[in-house]
Amino acid sequence: MKMTGAEILVESLRKQGVDLIFGYPGGVLLGIYDTLFDSDIKHILPRHEQGGIHAADGYARATGKVGVCFGTSGPGATNLVTGICNAHMDSVPLVVFTGQVASNLIGGDAFQEADIIGITRPIVKHSYLINNPEEITTVIREAFYIAASGRPGPVVIDLPKDIMAQKAEFKWPSKIELPGYNPTVKGHLGQIKKMLRMLEGAKKPVIYMGGGVILSGASEEMTKLSELTGVPVISSFLGQGGIPGTHENYIGWLGMHGNYASNMAMAEPDFILAVGTRFSDRSTGRLDGFAPNAKVAHIDVDPSSISKNVRIDVPIVGDCKVVLNQALSEIDKYSWDKNLKARKDWMEKIKAWDKKQPFGYDRESTLIKPQYVVESIYKVTKGEAIICTEVGQNQMWAGQFYKYKNPRQFVSSGGLGTMGYGFPAAIGAKLGCPDKEVFDIAGDGSFMMNIQEICTAVQYNVAVKVAILNNKYLGMIRQWQNMFFNNRYSQCCLDCQPDFVKLAESFNAVGMRIDRKEDVEGAIRESLKIKDKPVIMDFTVDREENVFPMIPAGAAINEMLLK
Amino acid sequence: MRHTISVLVENKFGVLSRISGLFSGRGYNIESLSVNKTMDVNISTMTIVTTGDADVIEQIIKQLRKLVNVLRVRDVSEMEHIEREMMLVKVRTEKSTRSEIFNVVGTFRAKTVDITNNSLVIEITGDRGKILAFLKVLEPYGIIEVVRTGAIALSRGSKATSDFK
Repeated sequence: MKMTGAEILVESLRKQGVDLIFGYPGGVLLGIYDTLFDSDIKHILPRHEQGGIHAADGYARATGKVGVCFGTSGPGATNLVTGICNAHMDSVPLVVFTGQVASNLIGGDAFQEADIIGITRPIVKHSYLINNPEEITTVIREAFYIAASGRPGPVVIDLPKDIMAQKAEFKWPSKIELPGYNPTVKGHLGQIKKMLRMLEGAKKPVIYMGGGVILSGASEEMTKLSELTGVPVISSFLGQGGIPGTHENYIGWLGMHGNYASNMAMAEPDFILAVGTRFSDRSTGRLDGFAPNAKVAHIDVDPSSISKNVRIDVPIVGDCKVVLNQALSEIDKYSWDKNLKARKDWMEKIKAWDKKQPFGYDRESTLIKPQYVVESIYKVTKGEAIICTEVGQNQMWAGQFYKYKNPRQFVSSGGLGTMGYGFPAAIGAKLGCPDKEVFDIAGDGSFMMNIQEICTAVQYNVAVKVAILNNKYLGMIRQWQNMFFNNRYSQCCLDCQPDFVKLAESFNAVGMRIDRKEDVEGAIRESLKIKDKPVIMDFTVDREENVFPMIPAGAAINEMLLK
Repeated sequence: MRHTISVLVENKFGVLSRISGLFSGRGYNIESLSVNKTMDVNISTMTIVTTGDADVIEQIIKQLRKLVNVLRVRDVSEMEHIEREMMLVKVRTEKSTRSEIFNVVGTFRAKTVDITNNSLVIEITGDRGKILAFLKVLEPYGIIEVVRTGAIALSRGSKATSDFK
């Protein structure tokens, strides 16, 4: 039986196991939306395409599934660009469908036409323009495979309107044929042994774990390796949760606002085992100060991440989980007591750094300190909530004062640093994990960037909690201007902000304002009782609080400012 | 360092722009790029001449390999290879210089492909050194216009780029 392109598309999505789509209709997508009307796939209508794609991104990060979103041609498609780039930078698997004008109009500057394949080319893992209805099934199978395998990433599929109306037989391809795409999953055993030998011989080793550990589901293996070898683990910002944040071998995260012990330790090791990290500049600081005396082994599924920023001595291309399992099966052949004394001293030195300079703030202050809000959320949720963040100071405090027990518990825009990400991502995370409490730790500046999504959360009864650390500033901008620009607060003051409580209420959400420190915990507890709509908590925090420690731009990793 | 990279790609929509975009987006330099179909019409070969230190070339090759439509990448300058480009050059002639120029054309084993009373169009193929030497010799006569293809390259011996991972 012949089906229209739109029907083939929706049926392919069902075959692919898609049960949730974030999308915004438009002229060229009407055929598809008409088909979706009869489908059992749940569809979420955001209030802006950017909200939709960030929600799909948050859903993907929290669940480990591929996020799916739709936008129409032209402005619908261009509104998705930030979200595509965000997913690309943090290796999030998304399949993004964009509507396109009819094929005979392409190139003619038709109404709502944009060359979205061209616009997104540098920020996708791959993209497709559908040329006929017969290829839809193959393209969708390939797209989901490409998005989720190897180093995950976003795939864009552009759908011309007329092709969606044309008819063809539905033929599901029995296999995927992509001769140019064969990600290496298994690591080279010789290299793995070499890595283990170097790890065995090291006196001051560290494991540096990135987001790849979480993406590949390698947390258990990572924890085991650290326990069996006694090697301390330092994570990147997005690697948080890779091993439990409460684990005795876990030191913390490193980088511009990472903890003192991690940054100090990273300047000194004689051997680093890097796992699933791309050595981002925000993590390493000035490169010549980053572990200058260390030999480095690097496990990564993306060969181009190896030796891109830091010179690697032992490259191991492969999926983190698979390679760590290979390493674990060899582990008994090595003597982990060999440098026991030196390594114990090393661990103690790191722990002493941590004791000397833990993350801290003025706990005696009568003002609400933003860190106190994050700590209270940690306490009230017993460390079990999924924490999404916006971007800026709020994001750093969310990294510093919440300990992430599990992978996929910390959802934050790392590489692109997208303001406005956290709230829609929280909606996506909650839809994907309805049994978990989901918080968006927000700044007042970032929250304003996708505030319209309160409506989405209300419409679909998504009970996310937003904790606005409201300082009426673009806080991180103010901090930099305070520290490096002589207190010249150029355009960082948000003097005119809405009354977030009334605003929440006008959306039929719950709004709370918390002005007093003693009300913080109670408000958070109260918010957890609300199970059917979003809660917007507006915390009036100390306006001039800064994030410390801080590695100034261009400084080495151990050249932190502590206050 | 100048490197010549041979890239086997699927002959699909947008491949060329994916590759050229990779170079421009990451700030790599393309000196020349030539592309055409192979014996198999579904597969094309691109020969890319680029410059960079060892780290840059390593990244270029890795980034190229990441593209879904790229089948094989090989740095042919690492091995013995043959490299050729072609040039068409239009040069001014006078009665007194024409035979001299013909001599030069003969010496370089080039070919005259168009002739008027006061100009010649000459076709020449060769490696970059030969092409540049030829241009230098012709320069004093007055070069009107030059078009050059990019380089194309093949490794010596019986192995093909498709045999290399």
